[in-house]
Amino acid sequence: MEDIAFDVIPVIVATGFLGSGKTTLLKRVLSSEAFGDTAVLVNEFGEVGLDHLLLGEVAPDTVLLSSGCLCCSIRGELSDALRGLYSRRQRGEIPAFRRVVLETTGLADPGPIVSTLLADPVLKHHFRCGAIVTTVDAVNALADHVRQPEWIRQVAVADRLVITKTDLVDDLRLARLEEVLQRLNPAADKARSDALDEQIFQGDQGVVRSDSVEEVARWFRPPDLGRAADYAAPPSGGFGPEVHGSHLSDVQSFCVILDREIDWTAFALWLSMLLHCHGNEILRVKGLLNVAGSNTPVALHGVQHVIHPPVHLKRWPDDDRRSRIVFITRGIASDTIQPSLETFVDKLAR
Amino acid sequence: MCGLCGALGVEDHWTVSASATPSDVAERRRLRARRIALANRILATRRLSVEDFEGSAYVLSGPTGRREVVQDLGALWRLAEQMSGAAFDPLDPSLLARIAR
Repeated sequence: MEDIAFDVIPVIVATGFLGSGKTTLLKRVLSSEAFGDTAVLVNEFGEVGLDHLLLGEVAPDTVLLSSGCLCCSIRGELSDALRGLYSRRQRGEIPAFRRVVLETTGLADPGPIVSTLLADPVLKHHFRCGAIVTTVDAVNALADHVRQPEWIRQVAVADRLVITKTDLVDDLRLARLEEVLQRLNPAADKARSDALDEQIFQGDQGVVRSDSVEEVARWFRPPDLGRAADYAAPPSGGFGPEVHGSHLSDVQSFCVILDREIDWTAFALWLSMLLHCHGNEILRVKGLLNVAGSNTPVALHGVQHVIHPPVHLKRWPDDDRRSRIVFITRGIASDTIQPSLETFVDKLAR
Repeated sequence: MCGLCGALGVEDHWTVSASATPSDVAERRRLRARRIALANRILATRRLSVEDFEGSAYVLSGPTGRREVVQDLGALWRLAEQMSGAAFDPLDPSLLARIAR
């Protein structure tokens, strides 16, 4: 029993569209020694023999939170599975795993999973939401998956995007895909599975803590499109001809910037109202805030209606003291968000 | 915990957690009072008001005298919408204009 760690355990969410290589990626990463102390939950029957790991099954059932917004649903079976896993761990019936990897179905929306981890009154004391890792199929992403709203959600909420099957497409197609992913989710780390570093799956990544300064700084770093920069940008800043007519034409990512300190209370009221009214259209929020009365920045991030507990970082990542918030939205433009936020922090808070 | 009503501890919502540590009681109360004051400026645009309930919840009141308890700001806007019959949409130009007055 003395070996049991009582830390709050990260739950890494591995998602991606049908056939995009989630299981192959998991098999590869989890076979390494560094990931031996990992428990795995799958919500479809596993095809891979993970005999040294723990397998459970999570059925796609949802219940409504009684005190939250209407869309914050909790996956009851996920909650039960994680509680059961933790109980067995504490009783010493299974090894003291240090992280959980949850593999979702190909059509899953990761939003309710995040809300389960944050809102469940028992789980939130034992587990925390780790990185959301989304696999993207280089062969089918732009040709087919881009027309599915589930694919867009999975890419938009990701902390890490792993492009798979890169050996089956040419450089031009790969570059175009990387460009689309960059426009869709500029704050996510991106990697090709053939050059994948194990770090992409490390449990603590994607979890914002007070010392996650570099992690947060990456959200706002200018894109490095690599070879994509060699090719012509799509017309009028859109996603390009390959995705014409898809759901992507409604999706946009942008950064709202305020060059002054903001009043936390006014900001929190504004964001809580915004997510209440438009949470379904706000796929992802990541922000670094210069809050009045605090010498260090506050980092916050959320998925749809759900916001993780904000964290005071130990220091600013650089000399830039502006508040910056990256939004990935569907049908909501920056020129409506920016003046709304300014009204709240400048007029409501005065 | 309040023995009479069973209200538990402090408010547990992301809107609170960045502003004060749980042990900093005076600061937590000050920020809670400010949160209520600013929320009332918004709610007043539709003749609603909110007040503190035992330091851990809120009581929302409507123009007809209806009163209901809500746990946090996430639930507040949903109930306010039900009571007033209209959305509290921060992107609504008319709401912004009234806040800016």
